[in-house]
Amino acid sequence: MILGAFTPGEANPVAIVFFVGFVGLALGITWWAARRTRTTEQFYAAGHSVTGFQNGLALSGDYMSAASFLGIAGLVALTGFDGLIYSIGFLVGWPIVLFLIAEPLRNLGRYTFADVVAYRMRQAPVRVAASIGTLSVVVFYLIAQMVGAGTLINLIFGLPYALSVLIVGIVMLTFLLLGGMIATTWVQIVKAVLLIGGATIMAFLVLLEFGLNPLELFRTAETENGGAVLEPGALVSGHWDAISLGLALMFGTAGLPHILMRFYTVPDAKAARASVNWATIFIGFFYLLTFVLGFGAMALVGQRPISAIDKGGNAAALLLAENVAGTPFFGFIAAVAFATILAVVAGLTLSGAAALSHDLWVNVVRHGEAPEREQLRVARIATFAMGALAIALGIALQGQNIAFMVGLAFAIAASANFPALLMSIYWRGFTTAGAVSSIVVGSVSALVLISISPTIMVDVLGREDALIGLKNPALISMPLAFATGILVSVLRPEREARRRFVEAERQIHLGAAVSPRRPAAAPARAR
Amino acid sequence: MATDVRSRADVDLRPLPDEVDLEDDPDVRALDELAARRLRVALSLTAAMLVVYFGFILLIAFAKDFLAERVVSGLSVGMALGVFVILATWVLTWIYVRWANRVYEPEVARLRGVAP
Repeated sequence: MILGAFTPGEANPVAIVFFVGFVGLALGITWWAARRTRTTEQFYAAGHSVTGFQNGLALSGDYMSAASFLGIAGLVALTGFDGLIYSIGFLVGWPIVLFLIAEPLRNLGRYTFADVVAYRMRQAPVRVAASIGTLSVVVFYLIAQMVGAGTLINLIFGLPYALSVLIVGIVMLTFLLLGGMIATTWVQIVKAVLLIGGATIMAFLVLLEFGLNPLELFRTAETENGGAVLEPGALVSGHWDAISLGLALMFGTAGLPHILMRFYTVPDAKAARASVNWATIFIGFFYLLTFVLGFGAMALVGQRPISAIDKGGNAAALLLAENVAGTPFFGFIAAVAFATILAVVAGLTLSGAAALSHDLWVNVVRHGEAPEREQLRVARIATFAMGALAIALGIALQGQNIAFMVGLAFAIAASANFPALLMSIYWRGFTTAGAVSSIVVGSVSALVLISISPTIMVDVLGREDALIGLKNPALISMPLAFATGILVSVLRPEREARRRFVEAERQIHLGAAVSPRRPAAAPARAR
Repeated sequence: MATDVRSRADVDLRPLPDEVDLEDDPDVRALDELAARRLRVALSLTAAMLVVYFGFILLIAFAKDFLAERVVSGLSVGMALGVFVILATWVLTWIYVRWANRVYEPEVARLRGVAP
């Protein structure tokens, strides 16, 4: 067992070279993108000029966070089969996005998913509610990423925690403010290529040690750590917990604002379809690799050295890189992990900023009539505000147990955003009051249920017992959001929303290319 | 449901000149049909994905012993089914994209041509 030069908290020169190289590349992209970012359309939607294949890569880069790379590899290394449950769960939401959401979303909206929900409803209430749903998902997701970033960079480069968070925040804000969605897209594409490429090389090197036979690898892991590593264990204990987590992962993906926003960067619904198709292939392939990487780390590095550095196993992929190809490759993988964080926080920050500026400022405060220059200025101010908030939260929450936050973000996305989005696209009878109440009940119930669950009361607050046994709230909060939306809509029908369904349907299927034939169809606020 | 809301609306709100048109408009009817068809395909594939994934989750919750059995040495039933779920995700995605490109898109193009 060679552990080589990786000492946690000490700077690794190769890692720093790759890290500086990646930041340089990101700034180069920014310089190039800045000259192409002159309108709000370009700032938030890259001028709808991204191709399906490019967007598929960018979606993968937007979605696969450090949690899914380092976290899942570590989870598999430490728990075996149980870790795989997560990697599979993170994939199965994608077909749902494709079948139900991506194409209608592309044709019905401009920058945010609130555009879609508000399409045939009264603008202000729906947009305020949708912003609450968006911002709660974005904030919890951002906290998880920023705290993870600080810890990780501290671990790899030896920089102080707060400085690490600050660096991530400043690099991100630089390319977001100057290059908007165009720079974000290319940073995400580069990151996806590096991540999938790096993981593929590493998996190949691992398999090389076992005669390119994965079964030989699994057998070795089994011999060293016992047969239980190939079997379901204690991680998913309660039956209802397993189902609730499954629901949150499956339908949460279709309610993540930073993912939904990416569909506006392609020119039409057909490209939106192609982009999910590619994203599903890339992400599925990557999660298949986690089988090899996780068990590889278990067999080659060993569980004890992995958990000695980090109890959550986050060092597994890094230690494995060093084990199979030495320090330079370790440096490369460390830089990839940094790129991963950067690409995800950028997507999150931009989607939060779009909710603030496009939904709240332009469409609520200014009733949709803000001049282009003002829209772009407000977009940049909102981006700066979201970025500053991310940095502040990241620094403030140092050392907190934030492991539950990604799960919570998925649960809120599945409960607050997904039901309202789905019903607004497919149900003629859905109303303004129905949408607002569904979003509010979905987010509030998810938040309340998680704060009285073992996740918070036992794991974070250290109490003996929790008020309810369910670790993830989606099993209750998602059906509740659907039921509320349906009940309120049925009790108080809204004639205008029903009447404009035909128009929305036309827009969904025939797209923006077709000019509306009825005068009432043109402005979004005909009342 | 649709008719009752509409008839009530005719009494108590300002008239909508295009309302009657829409009911009889063959374009709108064709569009409704296409929308219903797409939704049927989308819902069937969603149901298939749900069955595959929650089948897997329910086995984890209720049939741990079965998943612990070995297909061959080094590969448990659980891991094999995990790979199967990932492959199923790809296959279902592929089915939808193929349907959409071969059946749905030409129909959209036709309706777009008809639409003024």
